[in-house]
Amino acid sequence: MSLPQRDDAFLANLGRIYGTYVGGFIAFVAALAILEQMGVPDRIIGYLFVFFTLAVYAGIGIVTRTVQVSEYYVAGRRVPAVYNGMATAADWLSGASFVGMAGTLYALGYDGLAYVIGWTGGYVLVAALVAPYLRKFGAYTVPDFLAARFGGNLARLVGVLVLFACSFTYVVAQIYATGIIASRFLGISFEVAVYVGLAGILLCSMLGGMRAVTWTQVAQYIVLIVAYMLPVAILSAQKFGFPLAQFTYGAVLQEIALLEQDLLARGLATAETLKPHLAPFTSLDPLNFFALIACLMVGTASLPHILMRYFTTLSVRDARRSVGWSLLFILLLYVTAPAYAAFAKLEIYQNVIGAGLEALPQWIYTYGKLGLVDICGAHAASPDAVQSACAAVPGNDGVLRLPDLAIDRDVIVIAMPEIAGLPYVIAGLVAAGGLAASLSTADGLLLAIANAMSHDVYYRMLDTRAPASRRLVMARVLLVGAAVLAAYVASTRPADILSVVAWAFSLAAAGNFPAIVLGIWWKRCTSAGAIAGMIAGFGVTLYYLAMTQYGGMAEWFGVKNISAALFGLPVGFAVTILVSLATPAPSREVQALIDDIRKPSGGPLMRDGPL
Amino acid sequence: MTGRANTPGGRDRIWWHRTLRLAAVVLGLWAVFGFAVHGLVVPLNSLVIAGFPLGFYMAAQGSLIAFVVLVFWFSARQDRIDREAGVAEPDPAREERPQ
Repeated sequence: MSLPQRDDAFLANLGRIYGTYVGGFIAFVAALAILEQMGVPDRIIGYLFVFFTLAVYAGIGIVTRTVQVSEYYVAGRRVPAVYNGMATAADWLSGASFVGMAGTLYALGYDGLAYVIGWTGGYVLVAALVAPYLRKFGAYTVPDFLAARFGGNLARLVGVLVLFACSFTYVVAQIYATGIIASRFLGISFEVAVYVGLAGILLCSMLGGMRAVTWTQVAQYIVLIVAYMLPVAILSAQKFGFPLAQFTYGAVLQEIALLEQDLLARGLATAETLKPHLAPFTSLDPLNFFALIACLMVGTASLPHILMRYFTTLSVRDARRSVGWSLLFILLLYVTAPAYAAFAKLEIYQNVIGAGLEALPQWIYTYGKLGLVDICGAHAASPDAVQSACAAVPGNDGVLRLPDLAIDRDVIVIAMPEIAGLPYVIAGLVAAGGLAASLSTADGLLLAIANAMSHDVYYRMLDTRAPASRRLVMARVLLVGAAVLAAYVASTRPADILSVVAWAFSLAAAGNFPAIVLGIWWKRCTSAGAIAGMIAGFGVTLYYLAMTQYGGMAEWFGVKNISAALFGLPVGFAVTILVSLATPAPSREVQALIDDIRKPSGGPLMRDGPL
Repeated sequence: MTGRANTPGGRDRIWWHRTLRLAAVVLGLWAVFGFAVHGLVVPLNSLVIAGFPLGFYMAAQGSLIAFVVLVFWFSARQDRIDREAGVAEPDPAREERPQ
């Protein structure tokens, strides 16, 4: 096997490669816009978008494939901070964020901002408490660190279980999202679309592990952020002559407030059915609002697929800086989402609510047919279906009222180009962006699962003398296995997929955070303490989730189960600390290890194993 | 600098002390922008700037920008602390080479 090449052609030309890529992408969108003007049908445009972007990601995956262990697990530890920031942003911004965030803000108004705060503020914890230290340690996976710090394979096994629980539920949601998008834009059935998405995911991640995933994620970030910002920028430019919707939507918020008063005055809504967009604590009480923020933030700092991205940087310094870049790239999407919600709400309050049932816009039926828009309690598949459903509703006299309309949250972003009457090429672009968001997150999650199985379970626990080639074959086989299983679960359309995503955060937070943070910051933390704390924290969270969701248990203090870690986290910390104090202090070797983890200088402690 | 600072152990202790203090400051500011500000949403909302009620703005943009600035400030500050204590890695940007 060859040594890592210092003059890696791909790494040496990053700026030129991604510059060309951005130029090529703009030219591609422009070409499709021209094709649309020439009368090419929408369906063909959708196909071109989906297949062309998938082919580009797969191409990057093939060009950057690798047979070296350290390239496969941590991209050779030489990803520059800015590019790692972009890759982390793509890893982070899931299909749920891309497709669902604006819709959640549309539905919840101010209260939905708990997600925006929680999903960004967690990076402060990542930078200050966790990432630089794990990078210094030089692990391949999060369980790898737990095993070294907490003396052996029991800690590793618990770490693998936590990783598996939070990553697998999350990846099912991603594949589900790819299925929704692919079925809408390719016109194939959902069950088939799930496997199309799966093929795209495997092409990117199977051949080249972390190295290939890193460079496809950078490409996917560029597509998803352009696709997210462009439609709302066009709307803002049309309305205010200024494309930065993030600044102009203040005026939209004021118009919404006036329209809300107007709807109430015209009897189209009642005080019970209308939640003022700007008013705090209408859907979540302050306890749940702040509990959700806390759980999402701590969950961010505990999710293995995010933490492992910081294993790939050149240095500890770069790991810290890279967190800043990640957050900056993530912020671009999260400051745009509230603008989306505001523009969508304005459009719907102005032109849909109060319209005659025979004069509803066409997009209602497009999405009604998919079961994503309901009017008067029935899918709005056609004008006749709407009118017959509303005729049965008492008090409806042929005009659409606010309580009659139920829009699925996922529609807001996907349908925005149609709602605003933009050309179909913009809708195709949004679909490509949503697909990029889901694929990139699914790649990262599957890699986290497969790496834990091949490195931690197979290599470290079952066969410590397995040669590198067999470990990499094992990693790929397990990756495909996990992906196919996730696709199968997604194709059965498990209920209430979005709550499951929030659960993943709570499970990761309660299971990982106390052990990782105390392991780094408290020398007295012992193996018994950490293992007991992980089991207790994870166990309490899982119990609360399962019992409130399926066991019919009443909520404790009215805390919704999306914030289940509010109980698991303090239990995890308390058990870790108490058991640590009751057991003998860690050995001199472990204390020296902690000293070394804290100091940036001196290179990683775990040398990348023999090739 | 005290005499203690000249011994390697003493220098390390001061460095770790400064690291802990920085982490505490960062967590304090994180708590302010992550939680405290949003507790004041109702009074802040009475101030409206360019159409944005201030409490809403802080949750939708203000805190997010504060988080980004905080992380970049933290990494620069921690790097200086490491450098002054001689525990920083060689920095290619300063043309330092690994020993």
